[in-house]
Amino acid sequence: MENFYYTLIIPVILFFTFVFTGLLGRKFKPLFSGMVCTASIFISTALSWYTAYQYFFVQGKVDGAYKLINVFNLEWLRFNETLSIDIGILLDPISVMMLVVITTVSLMVHLYSLGYMKGDPGFSRYYAFLSLFTFSMLGLVLSVNIFMTYMFWELVGVSSYLLIGHYYDKPSAVSASKKAFIVTRFADLGFLIGILLLSAYAGSFDFNELTNPQGSAILQSASVTFMGLSAVTWALILIFIGCAGKSAMFPLHIWLPDAMEGPTPVSALIHAATMVVAGVYLIARLFPLYIFTSPQALEVVAYVGAFTSLFAAVIACTQTDIKRVLAFSTISQIGYMMVALGVSGYGGEEGLGYMASMFHLFTHAMFKALLFLGAGSIIHAIHTNEICDMGNLRKYMPVTHITFLIACLAIAGIPPLSGFFSKDEILVAVIEKNFFLFIVQYIVAGLTAFYMFRLYFIVFWNKEKKYEHEPHESPSIMLITLVFLAVCSAVAGFIPFSEFVTSDGLPFVTHIHMKVAVPTVTLAVIGILTAFFLYKKESTSPDKIKNSLGLIYRSAYRKFYIDEVYMFVTKKIIFNMISVPIAWFDRNVIDSSMNGIAAATNFISEKIKYLQSGQLQQYAFVMVAGMILIFLLTVYLITL
Amino acid sequence: MTEVVGIQHFMVLSTLMFFIGVYGFLTRKNLITILLSIELILNSVNINFVAFNKYLYPENLGGHFFAMFVIAVAATEVAVAIAIIISLYRKLKMIDVENVNEMKY
Repeated sequence: MENFYYTLIIPVILFFTFVFTGLLGRKFKPLFSGMVCTASIFISTALSWYTAYQYFFVQGKVDGAYKLINVFNLEWLRFNETLSIDIGILLDPISVMMLVVITTVSLMVHLYSLGYMKGDPGFSRYYAFLSLFTFSMLGLVLSVNIFMTYMFWELVGVSSYLLIGHYYDKPSAVSASKKAFIVTRFADLGFLIGILLLSAYAGSFDFNELTNPQGSAILQSASVTFMGLSAVTWALILIFIGCAGKSAMFPLHIWLPDAMEGPTPVSALIHAATMVVAGVYLIARLFPLYIFTSPQALEVVAYVGAFTSLFAAVIACTQTDIKRVLAFSTISQIGYMMVALGVSGYGGEEGLGYMASMFHLFTHAMFKALLFLGAGSIIHAIHTNEICDMGNLRKYMPVTHITFLIACLAIAGIPPLSGFFSKDEILVAVIEKNFFLFIVQYIVAGLTAFYMFRLYFIVFWNKEKKYEHEPHESPSIMLITLVFLAVCSAVAGFIPFSEFVTSDGLPFVTHIHMKVAVPTVTLAVIGILTAFFLYKKESTSPDKIKNSLGLIYRSAYRKFYIDEVYMFVTKKIIFNMISVPIAWFDRNVIDSSMNGIAAATNFISEKIKYLQSGQLQQYAFVMVAGMILIFLLTVYLITL
Repeated sequence: MTEVVGIQHFMVLSTLMFFIGVYGFLTRKNLITILLSIELILNSVNINFVAFNKYLYPENLGGHFFAMFVIAVAATEVAVAIAIIISLYRKLKMIDVENVNEMKY
C-alpha cells in the first residue's frame, strides 16, 4: 500500500516559496516572483488532486468507510502521558476536500493576480504573502492536533492582516487590516481558552482521540458542570467563538466587510473561499465531539448561523459597494453552513446536515471566488467599487458578464448549477430537524436571489453611466480563471458528494427532495424577477420602496449600527470609563510616586555629598575615632 | 632567675610605636612622613607578633612567620606608595597631602 508522504510537499513547498520571494523578491523582476509562486502553487494543486484521487478512489476506503489516515505525527511538546502537541498530517474526507478547494482557488487567484496586480509596486510582496497564506491554510486543514490548528489559525490571521493591508498607504486599508486582526484575535482568545478547557477534561489535543466516537475523550468528559452546562459544552462554545470570529458570525462579523479594502483577488481567496470557512471546517472537524458531548453547543451554532445568515442577507440588499454586497453575501452563506452543521446528526443519513454543509462549503468556494474575481474584473475596468457608477457593462465585458451570471444563478440556487444542489441538501437537513430554522433559511434563500440579481442587473444592465474611458474586457489570463471557475460552479453540483464526505465516513445516497426544491426554486425565481423589474431599467421604483421602508432601510444600510455599537462600547465605555482613569492613575499616582522617590534621593545626596571631601587625613581621623569609640564601648560593655 | 625584659615591656613599646604612628599619620602633611608613620604602625604589630610568639607559644613559629609576611607586604606597599607619590609629584610639583583631593565629590 502506497503511503501519503508526498502530501507533506503540498504545504511545505509554499512555505519555501514564501521565504524565497519574501527575502529575495526585490532582486528579481516582479513577474519572476509571481511566476515562482504560481509554479509552486501549481505543483501543490496537482499533488492535491492526486491525493484526492488516491484517497477517494484508491486507498482511502476501508470496509466501505473512509477512515482517518495519519500520514505522520511528530511529537513536538509533551505535557504528560496523554497530552502532547504534535505536528503532522491528517487525511480524512474533509481535509482532502479542503486541500482541493484551497489549492484550486489559490491557483486561480495566483493566475488572476498576474493580470490584476500587474504594475503594482508591491507585486512580489503580494505574492510572497499569498504563498504564506496558502501555506498556513493548508497547514490548518491538515493538522493532526488541535494546537497545531491553533498555530496555523493564527498564521492565517496574520497573513490575512498583511494582505488586507496591502495598500498600506491608504488609511482605510490600514484601519481595516487592524480591525480584522484585532476582532479575530479577540475571538481567538475564546478559542484558546476552549482548547485548554477541552484538553483539561477530554485529556487530549489529538484529533484522532478527540473525534473518535468510541474514544475515551468523548466518554470521559461531560461530567463536570458549570452554570448548568457541562465543562466540555463551555469549551466547545468557546471554540465556536473562535470559529465565529474567523467565519464572521454575528456579532463578530464586523471585520469582514471592511476587509474588502484589500486587493480583490485576496478577497476572493481569503474572505470568500478559504479562510472564512475555517470556522465551519473546525466545527466539522470536531463534529463527533459536538454531537456526542454537547448538543447544546451545536444548538448555539445553529441559531447563531441562522440569525447571521438572515441578518447579513438583509444588509446585503441595501449595500452599494459591489465588494461589500459580496462580503455580506459570504457572511450569509457561511451562516447557512453553520446552520447545516448545527442541525446535523451523526452517521449515515442522519449526518445529512454535515455533508450538506461541506458540500455547500465546496460549491460556495467556487462560485463566491468567481463572483469576487468577476467583481475584480469590473473594478479593474472602471476603477470604482460603487455600483451606482456602473451600468450596462455587458456590452463591454461579455466574458465577465456571462461568468458573473453563472455565479449569480449558482448562488441563487437555480438548477442545475452547483448552488442548487448544496442549498437543497441544507434545506432538507434543516426541515427534518427544526421547522423554525427552515423558515429562516427559506427566506434567506429568496433574499440571496434578490440581492445577487439586484447587483447583477444594476451592474450589467440598467442605464449606461459616464465612464472616464471606455470600459474594456480584462486581460486573457484573468478571463481564463473566470471561465474555469464558471465551469466548476456550473458542474460541481453533480459531484455525488454524499458518496465521499460524510460525518462517519460511510457513503450514502442523496436525491433531490421535490417538496423542498420546488418551493425554494420558486422563491429564488421570484427574487430574481423582483430584481429584474426593479433594476433592469433605470426606474424610480427602487427609490420609492426605499423611502417607504424608511427607518428599516436606513438601519439596514448602516449595517444595523453594529459598527456604531462597537464604537460606543470601545470608545465610550472601555476607553472613557476604563482606559482614561487608568491612564490618569498611571501618570499621576504611579509616575509621580516614582518621581518623588527620585527627587528625594537627589535632594538628600546633594546635602550629604560634602562629607566626601577628598582629604585623606580627615577620613583616617574618622576611622581612628570610630575604632576608639568601638573599643571604649566594648570595654564599657565588658566591665559593666 | 628573674626576667629583666618581660612581655609588658614589649607591649608598652609596641603601643607607643602604634600611637606615634597613628599620630604621625593624622597630623603630618608630607606624604613621605605619612608613609613612615604607616611603617611604624606595621612594625609595632610585628613586635607584638614576635613577642607573643616568644612568651606564649615558644614551641610554634606562627608569630615569626606572620612578622615576615607583614614585612614582605610592607615592602611591596612601600614600592606602590612611592610610585604613587612620585607620579603625584610630577603632576603637582609637591607632595602635600592636603592638595591631593582629586577624589572629592
